[in-house]
Amino acid sequence: MTYTMWIILTASLVGLSCGLIGVYLILKKQAMMADAISHTVLLGIVSAYLVTQQMTGTAMLVGGILAGLLTAFLVQSLNNLKVQHDASLGIVFTTLFAIGVILISTSVGNVHLDVQHALMGEITFVPFATIDIPLIGAVPKATALLGLVLIVVIFFIIAFYKEWKITSFDPALAASIGIPVVFFHYLFMTLVSITTVASFDAVGAILVVAMLITPAAAAYLWTDKLVVMLFLSGGFGVLSAITGYWVATWLDTSISGSMAFATGCIFFISFIFSPKHGLISKWVRPAGVSEEQGI
Amino acid sequence: MLSNLLHTNTMWVMTSTMILGIAAGGIGCLAYWKKQNLMSDALSHAALPGVVVAFFIIQEKNLLLLVIGAAISALLGAFLIQWITNTSRITEDTAMGMILSVFYGGGVMLLAIANRSAGGNQSGLNSFIYGQAAAMVRSDVITMMVLASIVIFIIFIAFKEWKLFLFDASFAKGIGLSVRGMNVLYTTVLVTTIVIGIQAVGVILMAAMLIIPAVSARYWTHSFKMMIILSSVVGGISGAAGTWISSTGSGLPTGPFIVLVSATIFVLSLLFGKEKGIIIRFIQFKIQQRSSKEDYPLTAGKGGSQ
Amino acid sequence: MAAAVISVDGLSASYQKNTVLHDVNFQVREGTITAIVGPNGAGKSTLIKTMLGLHPKLTGNVRFWDDAFKTAKKKIGYVPQRGSVDWDFPTDALDVVTMGLYGKIGWFRIPSKKHKEKAMQALKKMGMEAYAHRQISQLSGGQQQRVFLARALAQDAELYFMDEPLAGVDASTEKAIMAILKELKSRGKTVLVVHHDLQTVPEYFDHVLFLNKKVYAHGETEKVFTKDNIATTYGGDMQWVGKGDQYVIQSTSH
Repeated sequence: MTYTMWIILTASLVGLSCGLIGVYLILKKQAMMADAISHTVLLGIVSAYLVTQQMTGTAMLVGGILAGLLTAFLVQSLNNLKVQHDASLGIVFTTLFAIGVILISTSVGNVHLDVQHALMGEITFVPFATIDIPLIGAVPKATALLGLVLIVVIFFIIAFYKEWKITSFDPALAASIGIPVVFFHYLFMTLVSITTVASFDAVGAILVVAMLITPAAAAYLWTDKLVVMLFLSGGFGVLSAITGYWVATWLDTSISGSMAFATGCIFFISFIFSPKHGLISKWVRPAGVSEEQGI
Repeated sequence: MLSNLLHTNTMWVMTSTMILGIAAGGIGCLAYWKKQNLMSDALSHAALPGVVVAFFIIQEKNLLLLVIGAAISALLGAFLIQWITNTSRITEDTAMGMILSVFYGGGVMLLAIANRSAGGNQSGLNSFIYGQAAAMVRSDVITMMVLASIVIFIIFIAFKEWKLFLFDASFAKGIGLSVRGMNVLYTTVLVTTIVIGIQAVGVILMAAMLIIPAVSARYWTHSFKMMIILSSVVGGISGAAGTWISSTGSGLPTGPFIVLVSATIFVLSLLFGKEKGIIIRFIQFKIQQRSSKEDYPLTAGKGGSQ
Repeated sequence: MAAAVISVDGLSASYQKNTVLHDVNFQVREGTITAIVGPNGAGKSTLIKTMLGLHPKLTGNVRFWDDAFKTAKKKIGYVPQRGSVDWDFPTDALDVVTMGLYGKIGWFRIPSKKHKEKAMQALKKMGMEAYAHRQISQLSGGQQQRVFLARALAQDAELYFMDEPLAGVDASTEKAIMAILKELKSRGKTVLVVHHDLQTVPEYFDHVLFLNKKVYAHGETEKVFTKDNIATTYGGDMQWVGKGDQYVIQSTSH
C-alpha cells in the first residue's frame, strides 16, 4: 500500500465509524454530547500518558473511555440536580478540558502531545508509526486502532440493534419492558468515546464532531428508515473523507479541516435538494397537503 | 525594573479579563434564560474562519479587525443554525454541533493556507485562537475593555426590557417592544462578547465564561436583576483570579485557569447555594418525607374503598 | 372477590418543593377498567409514572400481584402520552408495534416473522393495517395513538397503564380505542386510564378514581361518580377552583 492509500483508508475508517455512531447520536438528541466527549477525551489521554508514561493505543483507549464515561456521568448527575441539560454539558466539558490543558502545559511539557495537534489532528503523520499485524504485515498504528474500533462499533450496533432502536425512540417504554436503559446509555457513551479516541490522530478533537454529527444529519434528511440511515450516514462519512482528502491535496491545506468541511457540503446539498425533507421539496410540495390525512 | 514592568502589564491584563468576565457573566444570564447555553460554544468556534480571513486580508494582528471578521463569521453561523432548525427536521443541538465543527474545519483549512503564505507571522494568530491573555499588547487591552464596557452598559441599561423579552416575548410585543430588535441586539452583544473573549481564553473555553457564572448565580437568588449582578461578579472574579494564577508561573495558559476558578465557584454554589443548593434541597426532602409520614396515620384507609 | 392486582400504600411523590402526590392509597381488582380523573396538575400522570418506577417516590409502597414492580414488569404494559416520543424517528408503524415485543424476544435476537405477524394483528385490531409501512410522522394524531395502543396489545400484558389515550383524538379513534379496552376487560385484563373527559366516564369505565394530590374517592363508577365527589375533587382545593369549575361545567353542559 502506498502512503496515499493508507491516508485515504484511515480517513475512510474515521468516516465510517463516526457515521454509524452519529446516527444514534442525533436520534438520541445527544449531538452536543459528542462535542463534549470529544473535548474531555483529551483529559483522558493526558491522564493515561501521565500514569503510564507512554503513548500506547490501549492506554489511550482506556483513558478516553474513562473520560467519556466521567463526562456522561457528570452531565447526568448535574442534570438530575436540575441544572439545564445543555448548561451541565457546557460546564462539564469546559472544566475537564481546562484541566487537560493545564496538565499538558505543566507536566507533560513538550512531549509528543501538544494541544494543537490534539485539536486538529495530523493525518499526514499517521502512516509513519506502524505496527506489525500477523497475516497483514505492517499497518499504521492509528489505522489498526480505527479498524479495531470499527469492528467493535459494528458488532454492538448489530448485536443490540433493537435495543438501540427502542432506547432511542421511547426510553420510558424500554424501561417498562425491562431493558436496562441506563446501561445502554453508558455503553453508547463508551462507543462514542472509543470512536473519538481512535479518530484523534487522524482528525483531532473538534473535527471529529463534524464527522460524527454531520453525515448522520444529512442522512436523516434522505430517509425514514433506520437501516437506510445507517448505510447512508456511513457512506456520507466515507465520501466526505475521500473528497476532503482530494480537496486538501489540491489546495495544499489541512486534510482534517477539509474532511470536516466536506461533511458540511454534503449536508448542505442534502438540506437543499433532498427529495424527502429538503428545502426544494418543501417548496414544490407545501407541508400539510402532502398525504391524505385519513381517519 | 523588569519585574515591575511585568507587573504593570499583568495588572492591565487582569483588569481586561475582569471586565470581560463581567460582560460574559451578564450576557451569560441572558443566554441562560433564552435556553441557549451552548450557543456560545457554537458561535466561538464558528468565529474561526472569520478571524483567519481577516488576518489574511490585513496581514497583521489588529484586534479590532480580527474581532470584526470573527463577528461576521459567528453571525453567519448563528443565522445558519436558525435557518436549519426552522426549516428542517434537524434539531437545534444537531445544527449547533454541525455549524461549530464544519466552520471550525473551514477555519483550520484556511489557517493552514494562511500559515503557508504568511510565513512565521502566524504566531500571534495562534495565541488568538487558543487564548493567551498574557500575549495581549496595550492596544488589544484597550480595544477589549472598550467593547466589553459597551456590552456591560447595554445589559445593565435595559434590565427590565431584557426581562420582558426573555420571560414573555409575546407580551413584550404587545406592549410595543420590538422583539425582533431585541433579538438582533441580543445576538450582537452575545457575538461581541464571544469574539473579544476568544483572545483571552480561546475558542474552546469561551463558552465556560458565559455558562458557568450564570448557572452558579442561579443557586443564590430568584431575582433576575440579582442573578445578572451575581453572575457578573462571579465572571469578574474568575477572570481576574484566573489571570493572576496563570501569571505566577511561566507558560501557564490563562483560559483554563479562568475556567477552573469559575468551576470551583460553581461547585461551591451547587453545594451551599441558598436557593437550590444540594444541602438545602436534601434538608427540604427530609422534611417533606417526614411530614408525609406523619400525616399518614390520619388519612390511612380513607382512599382505598373497595 | 377477585384478588388485588395493584395495591398502593401511602404513596407520595414530589417535584422539587411541591408535593404532587400525598399519601395515596388504593387497590385495583382484576378485570376492571379504572379511570383516573382529576383537574390539571392533580398528579395523574405522576401517579402512573411513580407506580412504574419512572419517577422517584418519597414514601410508600406499590405492589403488583403482591410482588415488587421489578418482578411483575413483564406482565405490565404502558402506553405513554403521545407527546412523549419524537415522531420524526426513522421507523414505520409496524416497527413501533413490534417494539412492544422486544422484552419477550430476548437478547441478541431480531424479531422473527412470527413477531411481525403478531404486531400486524395488533395493528389490524386497531384498524391500522393499511398504514403498517408508513413512516410514523406521516400519521395523524389519532393514528399515532392507535399505533401506541396496538403496541400495548402486542405486548400481551395482564395489566395496562394508559396516559391520556383519548386526548386529542378524533371520534372514530376514540371509538376504536374504547372497543379494544372493552375487549381487554372481557379477557380478564386490568386497565388503568388517565382520563380528562368527565362526561364519558360512566359510559366507558366501571371504576373511577378521583385524584387531586390525594385520593378523594375510589370505587365502582355507579356508586362513586357523584356530583359531590366531582365537586370536592375539582373544587375542594382552593388552588384549583378556577380550572375545576371549568371542568365541571364542561362535563354537564355537553
